Amino acid sequence: MSKAWDQVTWQELEIGGVLTEPGSARAYRTGDWRSMHPVWDKTRCLKCGVCWTVCPEAGISEEPDGYFEMNDYCKGCGICAKECVTGCITMVPEEG
Amino acid sequence: MGQRIGMEVSIAVSHAVQLARAEAIAAYPITPQTHIVEHLSSLVANGELEAEFVTVESEHSAMSACVGSAATGARTYTATSSQGLALMHEILFIASGMRLPIVMSVANRALSAPLNIWNDHGDIMAEKDIGWIQVFVENGQESFDHHIMAFKIAENHQVLLPTIINLDGFILTHVVEPLEMLSQETVDKFLPPLVPYHRLDHKKPVTMGAFALPELYAETKMAHQVALTNSYQPILEVWREWGELTGRHYHPVEHYRTEGAKVLLLIMGSLAEVAEVAVDEMQDAGQAVGLIKPRLWRPFPFQDLRQALAGAELVIVCDRAMSLGGAANPVMAEVRSALYPLAKKPPVLGYAVGLGGRDVQPQAFKDLVAHALSEIKQGPSEEYYMVGVRG
Amino acid sequence: MIEIRFHGRGGQGAVTSVELLALAAIEEGKFAQGFPSFGPERRGAPVMAFCRVDDRHIRLRCKILQPDVVVVLDASLLGIQNPPADLKPHGIIVLNTHKSPGEIRQEYGYTHTLALVDANQIAREVLGVPIVNTAMTGALLKATGVVKMESLEAPLKERFGPLAGKNFNAVKAAYEATIIEER
Repeated sequence: MSKAWDQVTWQELEIGGVLTEPGSARAYRTGDWRSMHPVWDKTRCLKCGVCWTVCPEAGISEEPDGYFEMNDYCKGCGICAKECVTGCITMVPEEG
Repeated sequence: MGQRIGMEVSIAVSHAVQLARAEAIAAYPITPQTHIVEHLSSLVANGELEAEFVTVESEHSAMSACVGSAATGARTYTATSSQGLALMHEILFIASGMRLPIVMSVANRALSAPLNIWNDHGDIMAEKDIGWIQVFVENGQESFDHHIMAFKIAENHQVLLPTIINLDGFILTHVVEPLEMLSQETVDKFLPPLVPYHRLDHKKPVTMGAFALPELYAETKMAHQVALTNSYQPILEVWREWGELTGRHYHPVEHYRTEGAKVLLLIMGSLAEVAEVAVDEMQDAGQAVGLIKPRLWRPFPFQDLRQALAGAELVIVCDRAMSLGGAANPVMAEVRSALYPLAKKPPVLGYAVGLGGRDVQPQAFKDLVAHALSEIKQGPSEEYYMVGVRG
Repeated sequence: MIEIRFHGRGGQGAVTSVELLALAAIEEGKFAQGFPSFGPERRGAPVMAFCRVDDRHIRLRCKILQPDVVVVLDASLLGIQNPPADLKPHGIIVLNTHKSPGEIRQEYGYTHTLALVDANQIAREVLGVPIVNTAMTGALLKATGVVKMESLEAPLKERFGPLAGKNFNAVKAAYEATIIEER
């Protein structure tokens, strides 16, 4: 929306509160407040995809070479590291 | 123009829904709505109505399914009563907040406890605030007519609100009466296919039923309030069109023998017809008592009601429900509230009549008018009254 | 307006009777109303059904008190419920019984016009089952002429399908057999 959402008038609301712009959740970067993030040891990664499957946030993306990397939505929950078949994922604290 | 036919009113309602070409029906059976949905399910099974009939496991699911189906742009219908309506309660607000044009029959029935399957308005009066359009009908013909019109009203892009047609359980649903049945051709001309305003479509994705923070919620309620209030004109326009088509003209508030009447009875639903008989008898005996029959309950017809009542010397509101421990019976409360701002306003007394299907004869109305007149003379002895209670 | 009240037991077809009558009257261009005394009665429990016929829209939707006619499908109800208690003085009692008017008057003290027929026997003979509602409708027609016999044909066909013919015969047979004794 061009206007800040807390400035919108009732007349400007879409009927039924429908959000007509699809995929707007993309703008909400849930990775912003993580305190740790996963790091893959590619020498031991099998590219099995379990980490991608179990991630609750769609916070892991598959790279073109078949390995996996966190994205802006990773919240640092550590489930991928816990479930990794080879144990090649380490949770590392964020800087700052 | 149509065909005069004898039919059980429930079946007539099913036919209205069939003629309206409903596309999706999700319903759960509850006395006394059962004949409506049973017949519709037969029509769907026989291929006489091309619709999805979803047999859900509860009324909560029924309304949930209706919300889903209406969201995809299907013309959606359901019916319920009493406990079933109560069970749908949380979804009713959602259906209207999402501005989905669902049409629902409520075969009015008393609420438990104790368990009572007979007619009163307890079920719908517990749903005054759901933000739906609500209409009351008095007989079989009106039941048939208003269901067809309901789709046209609900689906109007100036309206986009779910709509309830209230018909008295058993008293209307289970009576065989004559009525004029319309042809498919006539109804098709009156009611074109549904054109959804918004719909769930993977080719053009939208989000429905989103979340609203405190900074937005009040604005959404204002938008809804304005839509519901402003649906008044589109409703009258549809009724006007129907009047031209069929010769049957409907109004937000109906009057019966009110000219020169200083005492006005007020009641909604099929008991209004019984009250008419009482009014005839009272007028024949020289009593100037008239009858006001509100038909449009939501949006509340302020002007029509004020015009109807302002000149009276006494208004006697007959509710078919109570608000236990409340300031007034439901209809009585709203009538008083509507009259309150007027400089000159009549006293309003309220009676709860025919609760739980108690038989109401014309004499009962004559008795309560006499009671009201005496109460007004001596000063009302109670906040509101209940009729016919033994003990 | 004529107000007719049927008395029967759940499952004997009292409700069907009033619906057929209403439909027949509507076929004739009249206004009519047929409805049961709504309730979750089990089979065998006493039930009432109501029928009003008029030449204009019927606005009464309450129970019929002070009927013009009571039709009693099951004589065992006479002792239990006293159906004619609120019958109008010039009203008619239509009763399913093998007894004579004299015997009935003796037993119950009725002073109203009586229309009697052994509907049980007719139903058994014509239908093979003792479901007396259509026979009693025939008796009602004989006593009151509230609708024409032919007007029942279409409603019977719609309601009973392949059994319509036999039921119509039951109506006719009872019509012939009904004895009427004025008050």
